[in-house]
Amino acid sequence: MPEMKDFMSNDEIAWCPGCGDFGILTAVKKALVKLGKPPKDILLTSGIGQAAKLPHYVKCNCFNGLHGRALPPAAGAKIANHALTVLVTTGDGDCYGEGGNHLIHNIRRNLDITVIVHNNQIYGLTKGQASPTTDAGYVTRVQTAGVILEPLHPLEMVIALGAGFVARGYSADSEHLSWLILEGINHKGFALIDVLQPCVTFNKKNTYEWYSKRIYKVNEDPSYNPQDKIAAFKKASEGGERIPIGIIYRVEKETYEDKSGINKRPPLVEENIENIDIGAALKDFV
Amino acid sequence: MRNELTIKIAGEAGQGMQTIGIALCKLFKRVGLNIFSHQDVMSRIRGGNNFTQVRISDRPLYTLRRLSDIVVALDKNSVALHRRDMSSGGLLILDKKTFKISDEDSVFLDVPLYDMAKNIGGSELFVNSVALGILGGVIRIEFNNMAEILTNIFLDKSEDIIKKNIDTAKAGYDFSRENFRKDAFALETGEVRENLLMNGHDAVALGAIRAGCKFYSAYPMSPSTPIMNVIAGLAKDFNIVVEQAEDEIAAINMILGASFAGVRSMCATSGGGFALMVEGLSLSGMTETPIVVVDAQRPAPATGFPTRTEQADLDYLIHAGHGEFARAVFSPGTIEQAFYLTVRAFNLAEKYQVPVLIMTDQHLAESYRNIEMFDLDKAKVKRSIISKEDSKKITNYKRYQFTESGVSPRAIPSWIEDVVYVDSDEHTEEGHITESAQIRTRMVEKRFSKKMAGLSKEIEKPTAYNLRGAKIILIGFGSTYGVMKEVTDAVKNKKIGFVHLSQVWPFPGKEIIALLKNVKRTITVENNAAAQLARLIRRETGIKIDKSILKFDGRPFDLDFLLERLKKEL
Repeated sequence: MPEMKDFMSNDEIAWCPGCGDFGILTAVKKALVKLGKPPKDILLTSGIGQAAKLPHYVKCNCFNGLHGRALPPAAGAKIANHALTVLVTTGDGDCYGEGGNHLIHNIRRNLDITVIVHNNQIYGLTKGQASPTTDAGYVTRVQTAGVILEPLHPLEMVIALGAGFVARGYSADSEHLSWLILEGINHKGFALIDVLQPCVTFNKKNTYEWYSKRIYKVNEDPSYNPQDKIAAFKKASEGGERIPIGIIYRVEKETYEDKSGINKRPPLVEENIENIDIGAALKDFV
Repeated sequence: MRNELTIKIAGEAGQGMQTIGIALCKLFKRVGLNIFSHQDVMSRIRGGNNFTQVRISDRPLYTLRRLSDIVVALDKNSVALHRRDMSSGGLLILDKKTFKISDEDSVFLDVPLYDMAKNIGGSELFVNSVALGILGGVIRIEFNNMAEILTNIFLDKSEDIIKKNIDTAKAGYDFSRENFRKDAFALETGEVRENLLMNGHDAVALGAIRAGCKFYSAYPMSPSTPIMNVIAGLAKDFNIVVEQAEDEIAAINMILGASFAGVRSMCATSGGGFALMVEGLSLSGMTETPIVVVDAQRPAPATGFPTRTEQADLDYLIHAGHGEFARAVFSPGTIEQAFYLTVRAFNLAEKYQVPVLIMTDQHLAESYRNIEMFDLDKAKVKRSIISKEDSKKITNYKRYQFTESGVSPRAIPSWIEDVVYVDSDEHTEEGHITESAQIRTRMVEKRFSKKMAGLSKEIEKPTAYNLRGAKIILIGFGSTYGVMKEVTDAVKNKKIGFVHLSQVWPFPGKEIIALLKNVKRTITVENNAAAQLARLIRRETGIKIDKSILKFDGRPFDLDFLLERLKKEL
């Protein structure tokens, strides 16, 4: 069984001190230790942004691609080798802004991948512009009179789109978050975990203090049924003074792997491609 | 007897010109004739005017003629539209009653096409089979050949449908034997051979399958879509996953993920979709992840002519992508080259861990020819990854290890006992993000200079034909191969020769200098307005091309057009 040290990367961490990303990193590693698979059988893909650096800080296979494009390589790799455990680490700009179309369609695709969205409600790497989830009215150097666009509501959106596993975590509670990540990995199909995360440098509103006053754990309420889509939608839309974290929605769905049948065959990567006999295909052209 | 004939079937979109075109090609192949067939299609699903033109001969054909000897008009519009493009002594088959035409014309052969379809088949839909029968009678092909072709084409349909198709064709055949007694269009037939009948994109798709492509992702876009259709049709037999992407950005990034995971992968698109893929192309260069991308060119800018042809993406493909990285760009000129070069594209992409682009166009993609059976010994897979067995020993892996050739041994994730890091940021040998100036310099040399040097040593040699003693050398790339070949053969006394490039990047500079030295007059033949090939030759070799014959009306070159343009030169 792998231990924490097996997931230690020797790469130097380039996040700001106190960044919420550290809590997410710890949670990812803890979840992977509990998963019990060796690093070589795990793939982390990411786009660009602070969140996208995370795969470098875990010893796992890593595809750190383009801004907004964390999901398509994850989908391609999972189709090529369904034996890999595939996680995506992405941010609110990467996933909900630049890569929005891929989010919509990968929910429809429903491959067995787990998406962790570092949602700090601000653009960090480009130094403090509004992200799709920045609160209305928040003033930045670009949105000088405050954000006038409505913020995107990621959980309501992905529940509406039919994602089978929808959760919200908090970066400062890495124990709870690691549980969510492991549940997400064990869920068969597309899982999205939106992680509330303070940006100590650029987000002066949604701070640790601000969050700790508002957050509560939804799954501690025994009457909450995450399989009830309407209840989940209501729960996802809570905000302001009370912010629920936990598994908001969970339902079993047939995956891409089931429907396409690829999980009934060895992974494509194991195919011997030398000297493929195309004689039968050529007969159609004779 | 004639030794060649051009037949045009014209009508509205949705009238099935493509089906009858294929039926005709199969029929002619069956009786031992050689075929070149192309389509002229509007970007609409119903209405307008489309045609399929089929040229046949007892000698091999590579291109089209401007004028048709026989026109079959399936609607009124086609009569006036195509009457003007007929050879002298031609025949125009039409249905005067249905089209409400009362004029007389010496070329008309009036046939109650629609009445026969309705009376014998029970529906106007059988008008194609009536027309096929008429043509068979006019060209003097024995009917049993037609019955077999129709049975073969409608194999997946009910017996009743097959019978109705045969009956309507027979009625057409008998009608023409009775009402058209001249032998004017009878053809010398050749020997029947077991060869292939396909178009350029069939060949690309089959090449990809032979090369071991196991993942194909694309967003539909004319004229690239048939590649996806052919691979999807065969996907089950060859254990291939075809995934229609939400957009071209997803398509290229998905194949990058699949290729990273160890599976040979491809996507295809046309210029506009390729524009969306360009950032992904750069990612392939940066992460050194091999991919094969097809750009099926169509006239642009922007949406342009979606269903027509052009060769204006040459400059674009050799330069596409921000930053500097190695790539190869193939420009197959024939269906055979489309097959073999697709296999080569996969091998080369894997060997150098680079993107390899295949540039086709609507004309190559959708034109049919009968060709020799593929020689699979010349289309072999050469793998350039760390084998599964060798992988087991690897416990300390550097994805971007510096090497003499610039190519690092490529491990497949989960096969080795270590992990694989790749990054779109500048990275260390391990694949982690770096800001080091020294590493940066070495990585650029690795990804760009060293790999380009390697790729330059194995460039596909240009085809050189009839250069000795020729006064004029034509030069082209891609789909103009056929028209240059036939023009060269058609001009007497070997006055013309041609050079064709099936790879344009790395540019075969040394070969072109050797071929063009001491040549009196050089002319490029290009389906674009900027003479992009002529400019590229100047840039890469210093040779100033004397003239360029350019065509950018969205239509392909034909033999007669090029002959006429060369008249002044001879």
